[in-house]
Amino acid sequence: MIKENNKMTRDNDKNIAMSDDQQTIQNITDQDYKYGFVTDIEMEAFPKGLDENIVRMISAKKKEPEFMTEWRLKAYRHWRKQKEPKWPKLKYSEVDYEDLYYYAAPKKEAPKSLDEVDPELLATFEKLGVPLEERELLAGVAVDAVIDSVSVATTFKGKLGELGIIFCPISEAIQEHPELVKKYLGTVVPYTDNFYATLNSAVFSDGSFVYIPPGVRCPMELSSYFRINASKTGQFERTLIVADKGSYVSYLEGCTAPMRDENQLHAAVVELIALDDAEIKYSTVQNWYAGNKEGVGGIFNFVTKRGLCAGNNSKISWTQVETGSAITWKYPSCVLKGDKSVGEFYSVALTNNYQQADTGTKMIHLGKNTRSLIISKGISAGKSNNTYRGLVKVNKKAENARNYSQCDSLLIGDQCGAHTYPYLEIENPSAQVEHEATTSKVSEDQIFYLNQRGISTEDAVGMIVSGYAREVFQQLPMEFAVEAQALMSVSLEGSVG
Amino acid sequence: MLSIKNLQVSVDEKPILKGLNLEVKAGEIHAIMGPNGSGKSTLAHVLSGREGYRVDAGSAHYKGLDLLEMAPEIRAREGMFLAFQYPIEIPGVNNTSFLKKALNEVRKHRGEEELDAIDFLSLIKKQMNLVEMKEDLLKRPVNQGFSGGEKKRNEILQMAVLNPTLAILDETDSGLDIDALRIVAGGVNKLRTPENAFVIITHYQRLLDYIVPDFVHVLSDGQIIKSGTKELAYELEERGYDWLLEDSEKV
Repeated sequence: MIKENNKMTRDNDKNIAMSDDQQTIQNITDQDYKYGFVTDIEMEAFPKGLDENIVRMISAKKKEPEFMTEWRLKAYRHWRKQKEPKWPKLKYSEVDYEDLYYYAAPKKEAPKSLDEVDPELLATFEKLGVPLEERELLAGVAVDAVIDSVSVATTFKGKLGELGIIFCPISEAIQEHPELVKKYLGTVVPYTDNFYATLNSAVFSDGSFVYIPPGVRCPMELSSYFRINASKTGQFERTLIVADKGSYVSYLEGCTAPMRDENQLHAAVVELIALDDAEIKYSTVQNWYAGNKEGVGGIFNFVTKRGLCAGNNSKISWTQVETGSAITWKYPSCVLKGDKSVGEFYSVALTNNYQQADTGTKMIHLGKNTRSLIISKGISAGKSNNTYRGLVKVNKKAENARNYSQCDSLLIGDQCGAHTYPYLEIENPSAQVEHEATTSKVSEDQIFYLNQRGISTEDAVGMIVSGYAREVFQQLPMEFAVEAQALMSVSLEGSVG
Repeated sequence: MLSIKNLQVSVDEKPILKGLNLEVKAGEIHAIMGPNGSGKSTLAHVLSGREGYRVDAGSAHYKGLDLLEMAPEIRAREGMFLAFQYPIEIPGVNNTSFLKKALNEVRKHRGEEELDAIDFLSLIKKQMNLVEMKEDLLKRPVNQGFSGGEKKRNEILQMAVLNPTLAILDETDSGLDIDALRIVAGGVNKLRTPENAFVIITHYQRLLDYIVPDFVHVLSDGQIIKSGTKELAYELEERGYDWLLEDSEKV
């Protein structure tokens, strides 16, 4: 394998003379080796930029069947014809897509130990109670895969296997369950969907695959956390979850500790499919590095998440707590195709300092008697901007569709912004659609009131914000909810007073 | 316990308190009365550490500590309590968990063990009888959707749970009907011990029918112009404030 890879790199060299860039890569990879990187990581460093060759190389590297290679190539060709969307209320310096690594970027500035990590980040880990052994990993310190989490994941897998549940990296699913992948991949988010999803389809590195067989209720919360620790999925993550008839699954993504990543651009895709009477609950806590207080650095997070309620009486529920990233562009959506299907969206999006978030949902009512619920809670502090953007669409044939939307904004300080863009497209007169929106401020009166009862300002803001976002936190699994509340206080530190 | 000397405070460059003196000892109840705009609420806010007030001169000591140097939450943990004239609503924050957090902050500060949910609930149920409060108010968000009377009773409940050394009641009687007034006053009377003290700020003499003060002070234009016993309150009720103001001008 390594040989083959070397050959490819050489082939490339023939076409392009060894540029300065490549020389740099070479130097860097050599350097990293000194600090104990496993050899095959550097060998896998592909050159910068994207062309058909790179796409083929990614597919070959993952030993993918022909249909996947073709699918990736179709996506790549389509992507070449597309332009980055400009409609979000986000400002950022343009991403140079030719200046990125699309597979296993050589790690440039990985700190060698916790001593080299931003002390503020370490203080945050302390406050969130992140176990010591996980801190290095989260801070991006160059360590080998954590043995513990690998073994945890394995124990897990055996238990699930007995029930016929498949929970594995998507690269593994492509090899071992190609029929399932072929049947469902791209059916909810087609490769033509949008700029970022198209790019993801061409170059996705890894992600999760879940299949719940008919009538099975998944006995535990599935979490991508363990698995990601075991194998870094990087910037182009792809997740596919299929709940067969009458099944149930709850899936947790992310973790509350701030995660560092050397890749600035993240473009993930998540597809959910619920067949008749099936239910999928998908919870996210996103806390990617948001940049420093001056707004430098930080992840650009452009995510496409969509669920298809394909069957009658199916249900998909999204819950998200978004506190990280410099830029968040994300609209977890539900396509309510089956009759009586239900879509839910619960969101807390918190921005501080110079963070920007443009997030919301789309509820597309196609089937009869479909229902959707949107509870969105935006929190803006510092000099940040927080935008809710949502669409409720009721198709001509969607008789008796119902939607209730509540979009609240909370402002902390007077230099931040909150914006709400609700779109309603109703084509059936029997629809009942309600929208409520409020904007409020964390007032000095509230903080003083809590101070006067012995509660510190930091805790007071945390309490007020958690109270405001309570409806959403209630949807999170218990442990996650407690962590998420702690996260609120930590994320808002220094935003008041 | 509380010693205020020549306290001068201004808001937006405008002097409000102009050399106020007050001594409060353990076991005492002091009533501070005065016309609107005399500086009563400013006094309550400055003592509890609210922002937006500038101390130009003078001092305030509480239990020998320099009060004006302390953060509001530290004053609270040291046993100072302010019953708000307009209690604040905190949506989504459960009244019980708020109170539990507040009590445990005080206990932590004193080096006592924090109460768990069970011990706390039994304590709060006992104290609720003091203010004849309905139990469902505990499950609701702090002050949200409470009637005016319920909010004031909630203040007294918090006072009962936190068991302060010095309680300042800022126009707690305003907006209360006679029944609520009796309940609130009854709560204060039951909490009274030789170790604690109360400063009751009020516009009317009415509350003093139920809480008998040891001292009554009249605050006018930022100064205490007259001090006396409860008889002074009756006199004020009959004659109003004007005769006092005229007297003080003559002086």
